[in-house]
Amino acid sequence: MDAFAYANPATLSEATALLASSLYDAQVLAGGTDLISLMKDYLLTPATVVNIKNIKELGGVAKGPGGLRIGATATFDELASSAVVKTEYPAIHAAVTGLTSPQLRNMGTAGGDLCQWPRCWYFRNGYGILAMKDGKSLVPGGENKYHGIFGGPAYFVSPSSLGPALIALGAKVTLANAAGKRTVDAAKFFVAPKDETTRGIDLQAGEILTEIVVPPAAGKNATYEIREREAMDWPLATASVCLKMSGGKVASAKVVLGHVGPVPVDSAKAAEFLAGKSIDEATAEQAGAAAVEGAKPLSQNGYKVQLAKVAVKRALLAVGKA
Amino acid sequence: MKDLKDPTQSTTGETPGKGFSRRGFLRGVGVSSGALTAGVLQNEAEAAETVNESANVSGPGEVPVTLTINGKAMKVSVEPRATLLDTLRNKLDLTAAKRVCDRGTCGACTVIMNGKAVYACTVLAIDAQGKQIQTLEGLSANGKPHPVSQAFVNNDAQQCGYCTPGFVVATKNFLDHNPNPTEEQVKQGLGGNLCRCGTYMGIRKAALEAAKTMGGGKNA
Ligand SMILES: Cc1cc2nc3c(=O)[nH]c(=O)nc-3n(C[C@H](O)[C@H](O)[C@H](O)COP(=O)(O)OP(=O)(O)OC[C@H]3O[C@@H](n4cnc5c(N)ncnc54)[C@H](O)[C@@H]3O)c2cc1C
Ligand code: FES
Ligand code: FES
Repeated sequence: MDAFAYANPATLSEATALLASSLYDAQVLAGGTDLISLMKDYLLTPATVVNIKNIKELGGVAKGPGGLRIGATATFDELASSAVVKTEYPAIHAAVTGLTSPQLRNMGTAGGDLCQWPRCWYFRNGYGILAMKDGKSLVPGGENKYHGIFGGPAYFVSPSSLGPALIALGAKVTLANAAGKRTVDAAKFFVAPKDETTRGIDLQAGEILTEIVVPPAAGKNATYEIREREAMDWPLATASVCLKMSGGKVASAKVVLGHVGPVPVDSAKAAEFLAGKSIDEATAEQAGAAAVEGAKPLSQNGYKVQLAKVAVKRALLAVGKA
Repeated sequence: MKDLKDPTQSTTGETPGKGFSRRGFLRGVGVSSGALTAGVLQNEAEAAETVNESANVSGPGEVPVTLTINGKAMKVSVEPRATLLDTLRNKLDLTAAKRVCDRGTCGACTVIMNGKAVYACTVLAIDAQGKQIQTLEGLSANGKPHPVSQAFVNNDAQQCGYCTPGFVVATKNFLDHNPNPTEEQVKQGLGGNLCRCGTYMGIRKAALEAAKTMGGGKNA
């Protein structure tokens, strides 16, 4: 890890001023569970690290008239122990508690989860976001067991567990820089990279993610995760669903797959299929099949198609039961 | 690999660490404002100093840091990049927390910060100021092992022992928050620690025994 200066601003405007100045060549430090490792591996070499954990306005998890506000520096532990999240937003609760390590939950933040870098081993070994060597991606012909089935040209999978749940719930994300603030749909925050200038999220130079707002009464929702190991690993495939019901039938649905592509996959086909139907074993299974339509598995990850299908089915049945 | 920079945030374009760069320049301004000479850079330096003061910038050289460890205030001089783990082990002679993966993926370095288990390899020492830090060294009292340590011995809960200090601290913290766990809860609650030797069965038994000796364990 290269040496860096450490800034400890108390306000958002101090922090964005530091990030705005090229002189500081700064990176945001939240829980550090990803940033510190990236710096140790020289994947990020900032001259200044800007700690945002002491900026009060960036913290907290609270329900208000506008819905659930999740501050950027709210930890996974705070989310996991929030009663509102557990009862009204089980899709978020399941995504957060799927990360079993108490240490990671105590340190990792919601903002950091959305802004974490891909875990693709080619990226982590210095081949860039597209894993290129000699003008070609190393992934299709390489070790791609954990890569995307909805990829190309980027084959990494979006590592964020919160992402799919937030998209299913119609959440919005607010970003601030020295000039002001902007708010984007969680669905639009994730952007599949076409080249090395972007990294999968719409976080512009100098910006800090300040908060996430999940609208109220978002509908019945759930997340179902499938993991290879119970602890210390990312899921292989997940599905987050949110259903608005009317008279026992689906009025509108959101079905979002996680960890199968460079961005969470919001399946319009599954949503269309579910509209007007009641949830039973058969419809849940067919919705799963619809969700994976168009998947392009690589040489070693065909199994993810089946996992994603099953994740959708089980998430829907969980909602059906609730 | 070293030249790969964050494409979304880096705006300087210089290769870090090689020859002159704004980055190297900033090193000079960081804490010791008097060190500046080059006239051409005066304006940037002045701008930097204004932000430095308001936003509390320190480093990149060594800075004095006070850490509260096992109830004692300890003064140490570290660079901002120093992790809490390296500071404990290399500067404060507290070597119970182990450096294994050094990437927040194994738990061997677990310490308790403000009542919560964290990976010391992934916390900056400078960031740990003002927090109550508890390490394995602080668990035993009057020369007697902590009930969790004792339970690890009683249940043969280690082989090579490298993961053990981290597991003991994680178990202690888990029981502080869950005094009456079921075995399944123990399994989940220790999900932040890995043991390559596979001593999990012994560790789970030890956790349940310790829960009882500590006055809980009602669901075990
Ligand atoms: C063993 C292991 C298993 C894991 N399993 C999972 C899993 O199953 N699911 C999952 O979702 N995650 C998982 N993670 C990842 C973990 O959740 C993230 O590392 C964590 O959420 C990042 O948050 P942080 O606060 O520590 O971010 P940091 O490490 O501080 O920052 C990460 C990146 O985001 C930037 N950043 C952070 N906050 C902001 C902000 N507010 N505005 C702008 N930029 C910001 C930083 O500059 C940095 O580039 C796992 C991690 C490990 C080590
Ligand atoms: S050494 Fe810190 S988690 Fe492995
Ligand atoms: S006893 Fe050897 S790693 Fe756990």
